[in-house]
Amino acid sequence: MTMLDTPLTGVVEGPAGPDAHPDHHHESATPIGFWIYLMSDCIIFATLFATYAVLGYNYAGGPAPHDLFEPGFVAIETALLLFSSITFGVAMLKAEGGNLNATTLWLVITGIFGLGFIGMEIYEFRHLIHIGAGPERSGFLSAFFLLVGTHGLHVTGGLIWLVTLIVQLRLRGLIPANMQRLSTLSMFWHFLDLVWIGVFSFVYLVRLI
Amino acid sequence: MATEPALTAPETISPIFGRLTLDWIPYHEPILVGTFAGIVLGGIAVVALMTYFRLWVPLWRDWLTSVDHKKIGIMYMILGFVMFIRGFADALMMRAQQALAAGGSEGYLPPHHFDQVFTAHGVIMIFFVAMAFVTGIMNYVMPQQIGARDVAFPFLNNFSFWMTVAGALLVNVSLFIGEFARVGWLAFPPLSGSAFSHGPGVDYYLWSLQIAGVGTTLSGVNLIATIFKMRAKGMKLFDMPVFTWTTLCTNVLIVAAFPVLTATLTMLTLDRYLGFHFFTNDMGGNSMMYINLIWIWGHPEVYILILPIFGVFSEIVSTFSGKPLFGYKTMVWATACIMVLSFVVWLHHFFTMGSGANVNAFFGITTMIIAVPTGVKIFNWLFTMYKGRVRFEVPMLWTTGFIVTFTIGGMTGVLLAVPPVDFQLHNTLFLIAHFHNVIIGGVVFGVYAAVTFWWPKAFGFKLDDKWGRRSFWFWFVGFYFAFMPLYALGLMGVTRRLNAYMDQAWQIYFVVAAFGAVLIACGIACGFINFAYSIINRKKLACGPDPWDARTLEWATQSPPAPYNFPENIVVHGRDEWWRMKQNGFKWSTNYQPIHMPNSTSTGIVLAAGALVFGFAMVWYIWWLAAISLLGCIGYAIAHTFNYDRDHWIPASVVAATERKGEPA
Amino acid sequence: MLDKLKLPALLGVVAVLSGCNYDILSPAGWVGEQQRNLLVISTLLMLIVIIPVLVMAVWFPLRYRADRKDLSDYAPDWAHSNKIEYMVWGGPIVIIIALGAFTWVYTHRLDPYRPLDIAAEPVEVEAVSLDWKWLFIYPEQGIATINELAIPEGRPINLRLTSSTVMNTFSVPALGGMIYSMAGMETKLHLVANEIGTFAGRSAHYSGPGFSGMTFDTISMSEDDFEGWVTKVKLSSDDLTRANYLKVETPSFNEPVRYFGKVDDGLFDRIRGLCVEEGKVCMDHMMMIDEQGGGGLEGIADEHKYEYDQDRAIDGFGRPLPRPEASLTTHDNDHASAAPLRLAQDEDIANGN
Repeated sequence: MTMLDTPLTGVVEGPAGPDAHPDHHHESATPIGFWIYLMSDCIIFATLFATYAVLGYNYAGGPAPHDLFEPGFVAIETALLLFSSITFGVAMLKAEGGNLNATTLWLVITGIFGLGFIGMEIYEFRHLIHIGAGPERSGFLSAFFLLVGTHGLHVTGGLIWLVTLIVQLRLRGLIPANMQRLSTLSMFWHFLDLVWIGVFSFVYLVRLI
Repeated sequence: MATEPALTAPETISPIFGRLTLDWIPYHEPILVGTFAGIVLGGIAVVALMTYFRLWVPLWRDWLTSVDHKKIGIMYMILGFVMFIRGFADALMMRAQQALAAGGSEGYLPPHHFDQVFTAHGVIMIFFVAMAFVTGIMNYVMPQQIGARDVAFPFLNNFSFWMTVAGALLVNVSLFIGEFARVGWLAFPPLSGSAFSHGPGVDYYLWSLQIAGVGTTLSGVNLIATIFKMRAKGMKLFDMPVFTWTTLCTNVLIVAAFPVLTATLTMLTLDRYLGFHFFTNDMGGNSMMYINLIWIWGHPEVYILILPIFGVFSEIVSTFSGKPLFGYKTMVWATACIMVLSFVVWLHHFFTMGSGANVNAFFGITTMIIAVPTGVKIFNWLFTMYKGRVRFEVPMLWTTGFIVTFTIGGMTGVLLAVPPVDFQLHNTLFLIAHFHNVIIGGVVFGVYAAVTFWWPKAFGFKLDDKWGRRSFWFWFVGFYFAFMPLYALGLMGVTRRLNAYMDQAWQIYFVVAAFGAVLIACGIACGFINFAYSIINRKKLACGPDPWDARTLEWATQSPPAPYNFPENIVVHGRDEWWRMKQNGFKWSTNYQPIHMPNSTSTGIVLAAGALVFGFAMVWYIWWLAAISLLGCIGYAIAHTFNYDRDHWIPASVVAATERKGEPA
Repeated sequence: MLDKLKLPALLGVVAVLSGCNYDILSPAGWVGEQQRNLLVISTLLMLIVIIPVLVMAVWFPLRYRADRKDLSDYAPDWAHSNKIEYMVWGGPIVIIIALGAFTWVYTHRLDPYRPLDIAAEPVEVEAVSLDWKWLFIYPEQGIATINELAIPEGRPINLRLTSSTVMNTFSVPALGGMIYSMAGMETKLHLVANEIGTFAGRSAHYSGPGFSGMTFDTISMSEDDFEGWVTKVKLSSDDLTRANYLKVETPSFNEPVRYFGKVDDGLFDRIRGLCVEEGKVCMDHMMMIDEQGGGGLEGIADEHKYEYDQDRAIDGFGRPLPRPEASLTTHDNDHASAAPLRLAQDEDIANGN
């Protein structure tokens, strides 16, 4: 959601110096705007969770979760994403401390964890489709692929944003506009983590017990 | 008349054109060819005139790439009116068909065409007319009412608008390339699934709504953030004008409801494109889930349309009664009640699906409860007039017409909320009459009222009174002629969406309804004549910045407002701030400061154009084009983020000059 | 087309206007009457508020117009009154409470699934919406019809409904109520005719190109006439076997009335189970497998036994499309269909049907 960037944010140099103007009494709307966007995204996920709840037991005589999911595999996937959230947190701390290189390093580490997560997810999807348990096999698999896939798409989007932001950080440094972007992406990344905890619990864990 | 393309052979998909073949161009349909010719000729005329008057550059620079909320608001209104012509043409075709096709006559529209017409009518009227209108009004008015210079995210606003346009264009492309959906405006599966709706029709439906939906959702986010963050200093939430309150509630509904639509349509898309089984009959799909999900969006949607209009009428009533709105706090709470309740009534759209009596009764009663806050609003408007000085200007005329019509529509709505009554009236023309009663009586009357009310703000001159009254009376009388017969037919048990019927006793009712539609057409014509007449006579109709002696801050600015709206920051002390300022003899200080404003950008229109191409390519399975346009859009959006230079300062001298020019001579 | 709309015909239509069938306002059955009564009660209740509002909506703006002679009652700041607030909230709330109570009682009394409290022996009818016609099966008589529903006056009609492809709504306004018919599922409706006569019936839910022609006559007749009618239908040599049903269900427009003298046992359950065709697994069976944890990895290959929709795909004009190859080639060596049917019946017995 890089578009949420706005010309009206951050400290802007005016003709009379930074923010010396009475015109500028509004604080940035970006955090709240992005938060509202995340809530709307949350409702998309809520809809998909509901769908999974409704269709999750319709196997159409095909395989069920215990035939398909491997707890160990998902646990590693989950760990990758959780670690990436922590490393993003470290990157934020480094950024607040004004250390551009350390920030970049931790963002890169975050990206690698994210990439690992996506890689594992793609591997899982490929495997399922390969054995014939693709989304067209049953209502359960349709709901599974859509819910997990939507989360995966979000993470992919987050990775693209991450790369973009790393480039922008290298180009412009930790200027206020970039700090704003960084904290917005951080919100997004933690949000995806939260959603994944839901996915992990409802899609995998509960159905494997 | 309907030449049937040879489709029974297995479809071949070419790597270059996907499934698009020449057979899909409806050159054998005289109605479509005529329309196409008309549009092409009109288009050529417009292009020629634009070129002759050298308007292309100003159009691009001052409008299409503008991030000014006022210009975007006006463009939304233009989009709404253009699509209104299309949607109303569909309505006339349906009325004509049903007036003719009685007792064995087939009329002039075969089912294949008729079914597209009623689907397109519903989709266009809701998504691209009503939504465009209310979004336009909210965009234009709300920021000025809260004393802001623009919305919170001006570029996003531009992008949202162009995405809506892209969706609208995609619907209209279906008129001349391929076909539109034949499934009703909500596209219930399994009918809309790949097995029972072969061909690109439903795919046009899906992609145009998805593209427009992105715009709507982001616009909702934007306007909420604007209200929360951009209010003038001192303006507490309970100081906001009621229209701003209804805008807030509406956008909360948008942000909460549209994601459900997005998710639901995505599932249907996956069913159709990749053989998923969300809503199929077989393989563990569940079509009832679609109906639940789509109405979880669909019911709030009707409040998304009507709430801002309630706000419009609130402003109009208090302005033309010369009094503050009666029961402001009640009005706000009533709006909030409606906002919350609108999420717990969706099942009343399908009482006949076989839910148990407890479930049906629950949803019936919650629906009736909504009548309470709605009724309160109506009483509040009435008591605003009480002991007032009511000036019967055209906006007030629409308001009175609205109160009468909407009340009747509300009553029939509560009837439909009683499950056993609904068992009889569900899907009959009674239902059609009901929702047109509230949508025309509410939204359409409200839009005309709003346009008449804020037109002088936007352009500096009033609309002509005479043509305004003509338009109103044609609409008002036409509405009753067009829809009262449908109530009667509904009570006879006549179903909606009938292409033809055997019982000739019904015909006269359909003929009267068609006559009503013609009266409405006259009302629409008067409206457009009014615009043209007033623009031509704009010198004579010119007025000051506050022609109605209004009460809220948007009337403190010049008419038309300067790009920055307010030359100075405003400090608000209470409700009806502008009324108070006028009584205190308010004047702008002449000690102006530079003003910080966002830059125009072409990114919005470019991205939306990419989305349009993407949608078209997906409809026709032109995968290479879809991939290129999607990657192009993503790349362009990323490139846009590398531009950090997005704002400029308007020097104090320019502000001073602009303000001098705006002063009444 | 326009020339058909001749003036005399139009005048004739005007003449019969008074004789128009307001089926919903003057129903011919107990259910419809109850629903009509509720409609009237609700309308009257609401008019208590609606009429004053309409009067005020016209009277207030006229009474308080700006150019009135005496402006002394103009109160430019008056915008609040607790008394009025109580009234405008209280009035509607009281009415909604009353209406809500009626709604609760009537919704339970008129629940379409509830058998009617009528002493007479009910008639069982199984209704199937096909593309684009109605199939009515009389399991007790072992007969079936297309687009004609004959019923004995005064006896309750217990309808079970399903659909072969898309959703439809069974609707006979003169008798009351309607209910969706959906493929793979069963809905129920209980009606009764208290008058002898012919009533219009139709699908009230748009279902595709042939939708407008999906009408049928509901003929309410005396018990003797009904017996006679059954005998007449039994004489038909047309049998509704499973194979014949598959022919009947293919899309067709404006079907004439058709009688079937014999019907295969349990055909309705198979239609509802999406398993009339050989080699398909019935829904009930599938749900039982799924309840027991699905078919496992080896179940993946059984996909074709569960497929249904794509075999019935149509183009935009309602013509069947070629069937997908997978389902054409696989069902010769399959006999999965005998067991599921038994299961379906067992379950019905368990449900007390």
